[in-house]
Amino acid sequence: MSSTLSEQPKGNLMAGKRGLVMGVANDRSIAWAIASACAAQGAELAFTYQGDALGKRVRPLAESVGSTLVLPCDVSDDAAIAETFAEIERVWGKIDFLVHAIGWADKQFLRGRYVDTPRDAFLKAMDISCFSFTAVARHAAALMPDGGSLLTLTYLGAERVMPHYNVMGVAKAALEASVQYMAADLGRDNIRVNAISAGPIMTLAANGIGDFRYILRWNQLNAPMERNVTLKDVGGSGLYFLSDLSSGVTGEVHHVDCGYHIVGMKNPNAPDINAVSSSD
Amino acid sequence: MSEIADKVKKIVVEHLGVDESKVTPDASFIDDLGADSLDTVELVMAFEEAFSVEIPEDAAEKITTVKDAIDYIEKQKSA
Repeated sequence: MSSTLSEQPKGNLMAGKRGLVMGVANDRSIAWAIASACAAQGAELAFTYQGDALGKRVRPLAESVGSTLVLPCDVSDDAAIAETFAEIERVWGKIDFLVHAIGWADKQFLRGRYVDTPRDAFLKAMDISCFSFTAVARHAAALMPDGGSLLTLTYLGAERVMPHYNVMGVAKAALEASVQYMAADLGRDNIRVNAISAGPIMTLAANGIGDFRYILRWNQLNAPMERNVTLKDVGGSGLYFLSDLSSGVTGEVHHVDCGYHIVGMKNPNAPDINAVSSSD
Repeated sequence: MSEIADKVKKIVVEHLGVDESKVTPDASFIDDLGADSLDTVELVMAFEEAFSVEIPEDAAEKITTVKDAIDYIEKQKSA
C-alpha cells in the first residue's frame, strides 16, 4: 500500500491551523493525500468517517499524524452533522479549514445511460455528493471567526460527458455551482470556498466506476503531461488552497489533472485502446 | 510454490494482518481470513499494483480465495 505521508514536503505553512477532514477511506484516498500534506506542514487534524468499516481504516491513519479527534459522521443526517461540529467546537473552539471529500451514487447507475437514472438514485447522489458540502460548510463557517478555507473535490465529468460517470457528473456540476454561491456568501467573512477537479486516481471510490481502468489509461495517454496525476500532486494543490498561499483565491474550480481538461481531441501519438472491462 | 503464489500470500498477510499459516490456497478472504467487503476491493487493487495486471470488476467479484487470486494472476501473466 502506498503511504503518501513520508513523501510530503515538511515545513510550517500550516503551523497553528486546525482542520477537519471528511471522507478519508484509506491511504489511497485523495482526502488522505491532502490531509498528510497539511500535517507535514504543521496542521492539526480531525477526521470524520461513515460507518465502522471506514472507521477502522481511518483511525490508524489519523494516529500516524497525531490526530486523536476521529468522529463518525453520516452526512445525510442533519443531527449527526450538528453533533460532529458540536464535538469539534467543544474540543477546539474554532477551526481554520475543512476538506469535504464525500460523494456517493449507487454503483448500479455508474454505467449504462444517465437518462435511465431513477428519482431516488438521483436524489441520494445529489444529497450525499452536493448538499452535504453545503450542510457542513454552514457548520464549519460558524466555527471560523477569523476566516478559513473550505475545499471540496470534483471531477471533469461535471463539465463534460465522461463514460459511466452519469448521475455523479450531474451531482458534481451542482457541487461546483454551490462552490461559487458559497464563495459569494462567505467571502465577506474571509472564508474561502474552492474545489479541486482531480484527474482520475485509482481510489476505493473510483473502483466503483465502470471501466475506470480504461479512463485512467486514456487520460495517461492523452493528457498534455502524458501521465496521470498522483496523490502527491493533489496533496500539494490541496495544501495551497488550505494554507495562506491562496489567501486571495475563492470560488475556484481548479484542475489538477496534468492538463487533461484543455484537450479537445486525442493525442495523435496516443494509440487507440480497447475498454478492458465489458461489465455493462 | 510459484513466485506469484508467494507474492500473493505476502500481500494477503500484510493487508489483512493475519498469520501466514492461515493463508492456505483454499482460505476464503471473508470467511477464513476476516476480510470485510472493502478489504476484498483493496486486495484486488494491491494485486493489480504488485503484478501490473488489470483485474476488471466482473473478474474481481469471482476472486474469493487465495487460490482464485493466484490462478487469475498466473493466467494473466502467461497470456
